[in-house]
Amino acid sequence: MEAHAARAGSRERRWRHVLESRRVLAVLLIAPAVVFMALVVGVPFAWAIYLSFTDAIGGSLTGSWVGLDNFTNAWEDDNFRRAVRNTLIFTLGSQVIVLVGAAVLSNFLVRDFRGKWIVRFLVVLPWAAPVVLSTIAWLWLLDSLYSVTNWTLARLHLDNGLVWLLGAVNLEEDAQVPLQWLGRPNLALLALTIVHAWRILPFAVVIFIAGRASIPNEVEDASKIDGATGVKKLWYVDIPLQLPIALVAVLFGIVFTAVDFAVVYILTRGGPFNSTQVLPTWAYFIGIDGGSLGEGAAISLFLFPLLMVVTVAMLFFARRAQVS
Amino acid sequence: MTRRQKLTTYAVVVPFAIFLAFPFYFALVTMFKTNLDLANVENSPYVYNDLEGNFHWDFWNYATFEHVTFLFEETNYPRWLLNTAVVGLAVVAITLALAMPAGYALARLAGGWGQGAGVAIFLVYLIPPTLLFLPLSRLITQLDLKDSLWSLILIYPSFTVPFATWLLMGFFKTIPQELEDAALIDGASRLRAFAVIVLPISLPGILTVVIFAFSLCVNEFIYAFTFISSSEQRTISAGIPNDLIRGDVFFWQSLISATLIPAIPLALLYNAFLDRFIKGFTGGAFR
Repeated sequence: MEAHAARAGSRERRWRHVLESRRVLAVLLIAPAVVFMALVVGVPFAWAIYLSFTDAIGGSLTGSWVGLDNFTNAWEDDNFRRAVRNTLIFTLGSQVIVLVGAAVLSNFLVRDFRGKWIVRFLVVLPWAAPVVLSTIAWLWLLDSLYSVTNWTLARLHLDNGLVWLLGAVNLEEDAQVPLQWLGRPNLALLALTIVHAWRILPFAVVIFIAGRASIPNEVEDASKIDGATGVKKLWYVDIPLQLPIALVAVLFGIVFTAVDFAVVYILTRGGPFNSTQVLPTWAYFIGIDGGSLGEGAAISLFLFPLLMVVTVAMLFFARRAQVS
Repeated sequence: MTRRQKLTTYAVVVPFAIFLAFPFYFALVTMFKTNLDLANVENSPYVYNDLEGNFHWDFWNYATFEHVTFLFEETNYPRWLLNTAVVGLAVVAITLALAMPAGYALARLAGGWGQGAGVAIFLVYLIPPTLLFLPLSRLITQLDLKDSLWSLILIYPSFTVPFATWLLMGFFKTIPQELEDAALIDGASRLRAFAVIVLPISLPGILTVVIFAFSLCVNEFIYAFTFISSSEQRTISAGIPNDLIRGDVFFWQSLISATLIPAIPLALLYNAFLDRFIKGFTGGAFR
């Protein structure tokens, strides 16, 4: 009995000894997460790459090797090219709005004013609400017949002016009142860009404010002593200091917009006439609805180089932010 | 601040707040609109109107609750809410079980390579579902998990684990090393020091991870949409756009109620934990 207990004790002690070793413990604690991610991210990712070189169709997980055919087929499709173009338009267009909006808004939100908490609550709402749900709210907002947007434009007598403007800048040649925000190719592109900007802006604002807070007060004091004010201070002090953090926020925004499926799918389903397809929705239509698993995988993989570039840039700027 | 500065602040901040929050106000009004009020395109969409299209200050007499009732009694919506909660809570549990040890080890035990490994794990978060959903949807079918909530419970941690590991690593780093050292000197094992000292102090951080991981699950669309096709098994993010939008006939009030009801509590929670989240999120990047 006693001997048994002693043996158990020594075994326990040995185990304890092993568990106390930092290196062993670190590996033991990290391993489950890493193994899990390898299984549910690594394996499907590798599989997507494999599929993209095969002629696999819906219902199977394998196919015969077709080399680069899927990629060249995808590339020769006008809808695919439009999807690439749209992905770029949404991503860059919305991020330009986000960058400018967040820079301005964060500048004022760091001040102390009455009612700040409610303003902050309202500003953060688009990011806090689940994206599918807020997108449905936009579907309602942009409805051509009952929409508040067109009603307001009509009451302010701006609708005909807007139609003229859309024609004048060659965005929509023969638009009519009431405007079909989601029913005309270019107007839908514009609406989708705005919805993307709307949902990413709060995130950027919050990151900008955090970045501002991370700048030591001494910098502010020093620049005051040196007499840097107004535009000069903005150009030589504020912008260089905040640029890395701002870029990190924008790069996140690029990733969130470029990989989005829900906003486009819910608002337009890629229509009208595939004019608002983006890479993720086009991959869905080809891969799931059309059943060409291999080509769908190839289409979705076209996003990967873009994401790689953005990620490398993000790491680079995050490090610069750390140094400053 | 001078008076002028105050005025310019409001002049900038208020329009932004209106633009960003407007869809929610509009959704709130729509929720309780009567069919006659909604269908009359001359009526102001901003408020409730009587049959002649006039606004009255006792506006609640011109609103109706019937569409919210319809949603809960005549559709699968309550079921979707339940499914969403089940998936969210299960995923959060799995996420914590995997990410807490990993986050702690990266912050405390790994030494020099901890930061690098943390960044590498975070990068996994940036491999989006849109790259993975095609092989995964096939895989789910082969595993016979199609139309089952288990498919989502199994796959959602693929994005919550890297996200949570990164956040938790940031939170654990902010806990003074001395507290643990004192416990270790007193003879506690590392794991015990973690459980007794580190966990209680990190509770706010862990709660933040719970909220944000849960909200990522509610947000997810493409997996919920491709893995599950029977209405009873859907979560809200796939159920609402698929089953409440029927052809060209929109039940706008019910549809909008369905979106606003879960969004409000989530938004409140989000706000309450936002500062902590940002600290953790940016903690690894800029200190």
